[in-house]
Amino acid sequence: MTNHWIDIKNSDCILIMGSNAAENHPISFKYVTEAQQKGAKLISVDPRFTRTSSKADIYTALRSGTDIAFLGGMIKYLLDNKLYNKEYIANYTNAPFIVGKSFKFNKGLFSGYEAAKKGQGPALGKYDKKKWGFEMDKNGVPKMDRSLKNSRSVFQLLKKHYKRYNTKLVSKITGTSREDLLKVYKTYAATGARGKAGTIMYAMGWTQHTVGTQNIRTMAMIQLLLGNMGVAGGGVNALRGESNVQGSTDHCLLWHIWPGYLKTPRASNVSLAAYNKKWTPKSNDPLSANWWQNYPKYSVSLLKSFFGEKATKKNDFGYDWLPKVDDGKAYSWFDLFDAMYKGTVKGFFAWGMNPACSGSNANKNRKAMAKLDWMVNVNLFDNETGSFWKGPGVNPSKIKTEVFMLPACTSVEKEGSITNSGRWMQWRYQGPKPLGNSLSDGDIIMELGNKIKAAYRKSGVSSEAIRNLKWDYLTHGEYDPHKVAKEINGYYLEGPKKGKLVESFGKLKADGSTSSANWLYCHSYTEKGNMSARRSKKDAPNNIGLYPEFAWCWPVNRRIIYNRASVDLKGQPWDKKDWVVKFTGDVKDGKYVSKKWIGDVPDGGWYPLENPDGSKRKDAKYAFIMRKHGHAQIFGPGRADGPFPEHYEPLESPIAKNLMNPQRMNPTAVVYTTDADAYATNSAKYPYVCSTYRVSEHWQTGLMTRPQAWLLELQPQVFVEMSEELAKIRKIKNGERVKVASARGSLECTAIVTKRFKPFKIAGKTVHQVGVPWNFGWRWPESGKEESANLLTPPTGDPNTRIPETKAFMVNIKKI
Amino acid sequence: MSKSFFIDTTLCTACRACQVACKQWHDLPAEETENRGTYENPADLSFDTYKLVRMREEVIGGKLQWLFFPEQCRHCAEAPCLDTAGDETAVYKDAATGAIIFTANTKGLNVDEIIESCPYNIPRKGPDGTLAKCDMCLDRVHNGLLPACVKTCPTGAMNFGERSEMVALAKSRLSTVKKTNPKAALLDPDDVNVIYLVTEKPSLYHEFAVASNTAFDITRQVALRRMFKPLTNIVSRLL
Repeated sequence: MTNHWIDIKNSDCILIMGSNAAENHPISFKYVTEAQQKGAKLISVDPRFTRTSSKADIYTALRSGTDIAFLGGMIKYLLDNKLYNKEYIANYTNAPFIVGKSFKFNKGLFSGYEAAKKGQGPALGKYDKKKWGFEMDKNGVPKMDRSLKNSRSVFQLLKKHYKRYNTKLVSKITGTSREDLLKVYKTYAATGARGKAGTIMYAMGWTQHTVGTQNIRTMAMIQLLLGNMGVAGGGVNALRGESNVQGSTDHCLLWHIWPGYLKTPRASNVSLAAYNKKWTPKSNDPLSANWWQNYPKYSVSLLKSFFGEKATKKNDFGYDWLPKVDDGKAYSWFDLFDAMYKGTVKGFFAWGMNPACSGSNANKNRKAMAKLDWMVNVNLFDNETGSFWKGPGVNPSKIKTEVFMLPACTSVEKEGSITNSGRWMQWRYQGPKPLGNSLSDGDIIMELGNKIKAAYRKSGVSSEAIRNLKWDYLTHGEYDPHKVAKEINGYYLEGPKKGKLVESFGKLKADGSTSSANWLYCHSYTEKGNMSARRSKKDAPNNIGLYPEFAWCWPVNRRIIYNRASVDLKGQPWDKKDWVVKFTGDVKDGKYVSKKWIGDVPDGGWYPLENPDGSKRKDAKYAFIMRKHGHAQIFGPGRADGPFPEHYEPLESPIAKNLMNPQRMNPTAVVYTTDADAYATNSAKYPYVCSTYRVSEHWQTGLMTRPQAWLLELQPQVFVEMSEELAKIRKIKNGERVKVASARGSLECTAIVTKRFKPFKIAGKTVHQVGVPWNFGWRWPESGKEESANLLTPPTGDPNTRIPETKAFMVNIKKI
Repeated sequence: MSKSFFIDTTLCTACRACQVACKQWHDLPAEETENRGTYENPADLSFDTYKLVRMREEVIGGKLQWLFFPEQCRHCAEAPCLDTAGDETAVYKDAATGAIIFTANTKGLNVDEIIESCPYNIPRKGPDGTLAKCDMCLDRVHNGLLPACVKTCPTGAMNFGERSEMVALAKSRLSTVKKTNPKAALLDPDDVNVIYLVTEKPSLYHEFAVASNTAFDITRQVALRRMFKPLTNIVSRLL
C-alpha cells in the first residue's frame, strides 16, 4: 500500500476491484464502513456479486481478464471530459515529457517487438525498450512541455492511445453495460476535484493475470490523472494475502530482488563496481532527488551485514562470493517447478508453503515433486505437499523422493515482527511456548545454517560464501529475534559511533563503515529502542489516523508515501481538511526563508518548488523522489509489455479475437510447454470462463483452517458458483455435486446456483462465468474429495512478475 | 438497568466471526455440515449453535441484494419462555442485565411447550432434553467484557451496552439510514433487548426476524394457563 489500512477511512470514493475485501480482508471493512458513514461512495466491480458488493453503493460485473479495457475506458472518459488535475499531472508526472520518435504503437504492438523463436520460451516475445526512450535536452534532462500540448508529449500520446477505448467497444469486451461503465467512471472521476480523494483496494484479482502488472499500472495512471497519489484517502493499495507478505517481500522473498528492493546480481555484473554502476540510476536534473543514486550505500551495507569483518574493500566486500543469476533467465515459482518437472532441480525446501495446492497447474507441481531426490517440508501440520507421495492417483511404491517433515511452531508461539500491507512493522511478543518438538523458523534456519557451515568448513562449491557468512544470532543457544532486527536496521562499524545502531538510512555509507541488512528498515531499531514495539495511540497533528508512534513503518516512519504530491507547488495541501503534510516555513518578501514541514514525515524535507509569490526555487526537489527524473510515470518505459497498458485476452478466453487490437494475448506473456502444460482457448470443449478465489472462512490452501472444526463447519466443501441460467442449461440443481474440468485437470465440487453470477454478452455472444475457491485440498477433510482449484489453473503468467493467470481461464461443468 | 444489543444489519458483511466467536467462548462443538448450495451453515440453530448468520439473495426493485441477519435470542423484555417454563431455577431473568438464562434444570420441563412459546423460534433441545440458547455471554458481561460476538465484529454491526444507549444508537442509525432506505425499520424495539435495524421487509431476511402478530398473544395465553396449574408442581421441582 502507498497508504495504509486506517487511511481508507479518509477516502471519498473507494473502488474495490480485483479484490473482495469484505470476505478476504474483513477487518478492512472497519475503515470502509467508517468512510461510508462519512459519506464516501463504495464501488464494487467483480465478475461475481460478493459480500463486498452487498455493501456497495454501485455494483457492476465485468468478465474476468478485461480490467484494462474497463479502466482504459475510464482514462478516455477523464481525458474527454477534462476531469483530470492539470496542475498535478503537469508538474508531478511525466505527462509533459517528450517521447522519442522511435516509440510507436501499431496493431497491438509497441515498437521494438521481437517474437520468440521456436524453443526459446517461455516468454512469447520481448521488446527492445530503448525504442521507448524520452527525448533529452543538451544537458541530458528529459525535454518537457508543461503546457502538455506537444504532440509527442506523454499526455498527447496517452490521449491517442486510449482514443480506441470508447464505451461501446469496452462494453463489448467486458460485458459491462455502457450505462454501468459511465456510472462508475462518473462517480470515481468526482475524486479529481481538489480536496477529494479516491482509493483503490486491489489484490490477486488484478495481479494474477498475463496482464497483471499492467492492470495495476492502469489504475496508478488513473490515480495520477485525478491527483489521488500521496493524498489521504487515496493511493494505490494492494491488500496483501498474508499478514506478513509485505515484510517477506521487503526482505527478498522473490528471486529477482535482494533485501530492500536491491537487484539480484546478474552474471554480467562482474564486479561490485559493475553491479553498482548497472543498477544506480543517474539524473542530470538538479531538481530530481533521484533517491536511488544512493544505491551503492545500501548494497555495500548489505554485504557488510552478510559477511561482517570478512567483507573488506579489497575483496569487494565479498560480492564475488555471492551467486549470480544468468542474464535474461528467470527463476520464478513457475520456472522452479518447470525445472523440477524436467528433473534439473533435485532437492526442495517447501517452507511454510503448500505448492501441491497453491501453485497454478498443481498437477504438474505434484508430478514434479516425484522427480526430486529429497524434499523438506517445514510447516505447522502435514499437508498435501509433504504427503504428495500418497495423494490421489499416486502409487507410493513408485515414488523415490525422500520427504522430511520439520514441525514449525505457530506465529503466536514466537517473538518477532510482521509488516502488514500498510508497511507497518509491528513487533509481537511470544504467547505460549512452542508445542512439542516444533521450533520457530528462526531456530530451524539457525541450526540449518550451523550444519551447512560445519559441512563446508573445509571445502565445497562456493564454500567461501558459506564459511564467511556472519551467523551470530543466537542468545543462550536460542534464536534471538532482537539480534536479527538490529542487524536489519544496521550498525556503525567504524568511527566514534562504532557498535551503535544507525539512526536512519541517510547515514549509511558505501565505504564499508556501516552495515544494514535492509536499508528500507534502517530506522526501525535504533539506540532509542525497538520502534516497531511502540504502542502509542496519539495521532499526529493533522488527525488523519497516522498514529506515528504506534509501531513503525518504512521508509523512515512515513505513513503515506509520495506525500509531497499531496501539496501544491507552494507546499500547501490540495485538501485543507484531511491534509497529510504542509510547508510552514517563514516567509519574507514573498519567499520562503526557512524550512519546516508538519504532519507526516515528508518525502524529503526540501523546500517546495515555488515560493508564495510564485517564483521558482532552485533548491527544491520534484515530488516523486524515487523516480530517476522525479516524476511519476504515466508513461512507463520500464515494463516488459509496453509503456501504456493495452487490453489483451487471457491465454484461455471465450472469444477467438481480441476486439481491441489484432494481438490476441499479451505478446510478451510466458507460457510453459511441457507435456504437463496444456491449454485450450475459444474451445467448445471448455466453454465457460472460470476464476479462482478465497472465502472468508478459510485461509490460503486451508492448511490452518480446514482442520479447524468451527471453520470447516462454515465452509465444509469446495464449491463452484454459477448463474441460474447456466445451471438450467447444464441441468444442474443447487447443492448437487458436479465435475469441473479444464484442459489440465478436474475436480468434484458442490454446485452453488446463485443470482450473484449473471451471463455476460461478449461480442454479441452469451458467455457464462463460474468460480471455484482454492482453499481446499485432499488431505483434509477426511473424505479426501475436496480438492484444490489449482488443478484447473493455467500454465501462463505475467511477463514482468511471472505471476500465474489463475483469475481467468476456461472450464467445462458436468453433472456427476 | 438492563443491557441490550443493537444489531445494524446494514453494516453486516456476514464474515461470521460472531458465529465462530460464540462457539469459541462457549466451547461448543462444531457440527458436521455439508454445503447445501449456500454459504449459510449450519442449516439451523441447534443445541450447539446459539448464533447463526442467515444469508438471503433477493432481487428487490430490480436490484440484487444479499441480506445478512445474525440470528440469536432476543432476550425479550417479557419473555414468554420464562413464563411458560414457570420455574426460575430453569429459566430466569438475570437481574443485572435482563438476560434470559436457561439452566440445566430445563431438562425435564415441557421443553416443546417452551420452544413453541418463543416468538422467534430460538431455544433448541439437546439429546438429553436440556434446552440451550444465547446467554448474552453473561460471564463476560458480569466481568466488564463485551459479549464475544460483539467484541469480534469488525464493522460495528454488533453493538452492546446499557439499554438506553443502545436504543438511542438504534434510533440515530435509523434516522440516518432512512434517508437512503425509506423502508428501514427497527424490529420489535420495545419488546426485545436485541434490536435489529433492517432496510427491507423483515421476512426477506428470515422467517422469524420479527415476532408474528399473534405470537406474543398466544404465548401470553399459554403463560396464563400455566399460572393456574397447581402450585405444587413448581414447588416439587424446587425441592
